[in-house]
Amino acid sequence: MPDHRGGRAAEVFSAMRRMAPLITAVIPIGLVFGAAAAGNGLSPLEATLMSALVFAGGSQFVAMDIWTHPASWAALGISAFLVNIRHVLMSASLAPKLGHFPGWRKYLSVLFLTDEGWAVAETHAASARLTPLWYAGAVIPFYLAWVASGLAGSLAGAFLGDPAVTGLDFVFCAVFIVLVMNFWKGARTGLVLIASGLSAVLVHAAVLGVWYILAGALAGVAAAVLMPEHEEVTA
Amino acid sequence: MTLDPQTFLAILAMAVATAATRVGGLVLFSFLTLDRRQKRAMEAIPPAVLMAVVAPTALATGPAETIAAAVTALAALRLPLLAATALGVAAVAVLRAVGL
Repeated sequence: MPDHRGGRAAEVFSAMRRMAPLITAVIPIGLVFGAAAAGNGLSPLEATLMSALVFAGGSQFVAMDIWTHPASWAALGISAFLVNIRHVLMSASLAPKLGHFPGWRKYLSVLFLTDEGWAVAETHAASARLTPLWYAGAVIPFYLAWVASGLAGSLAGAFLGDPAVTGLDFVFCAVFIVLVMNFWKGARTGLVLIASGLSAVLVHAAVLGVWYILAGALAGVAAAVLMPEHEEVTA
Repeated sequence: MTLDPQTFLAILAMAVATAATRVGGLVLFSFLTLDRRQKRAMEAIPPAVLMAVVAPTALATGPAETIAAAVTALAALRLPLLAATALGVAAVAVLRAVGL
């Protein structure tokens, strides 16, 4: 790929062009996150700090669903870890392509990993050398769009009205259902989802707090591991 | 512009936990390789976690939420994320408005 031909600016622009549709898609989600944060009583500063420091939409929506007053740092930290644990796999698969990044830049780079940035960087790395400049051109505008749209949403949130009437309290649930469907790989996924969903509902009814997320995650993983192997070959 | 100390602590906990998952892959996988079974376990984590998060709302809140969740799941088969989400939210608003 002749990405280096036009020099440094062209390299950054090529990355930004690749990322543009994903930025367009993330802005409304950022607005909704900001509005949900405002609905939970978070100030615009608090909502913006969360977007800037956590930068992981899924875990931020989960946090809004389980938010308490005062906030429980342990519950929120554990749920963020569980929701984002897929990042371990993503950074591991990207690690060889970041091997030539000088020193600390490798570690700084993975802090900006999202599903979107990861997918784009992996696609680019399949046909070209992934440079720090190209990577920055892809992830930094996306980061800024996420933080800015979260701030805008939290400022506008007060005008959106009661979230239960507008259905906005259901947004995170709907987003996650769509994401779950994206992970669908056949009957095996179905068994994982049934195990996870059932355990989560039971533990949620019986135990206070967010332990139902851990219970569901463990049950789903157990189902995946205990399933007979041969189905994979015949599928 | 307020910043509650408890809230700030919670945001920091989330940030540290998330950073650990991102840096973890870099560090961990320079040492070990996963066998098939471990890989399968790792792959099951994201859908299992997402399902666990939505299950109480989708299945144990009321008929409006359950029907809207089904609508969203079906829409997700054909529509992009935003459109399917919007349809699910509209469905729950309408179903609640008619008293379900």
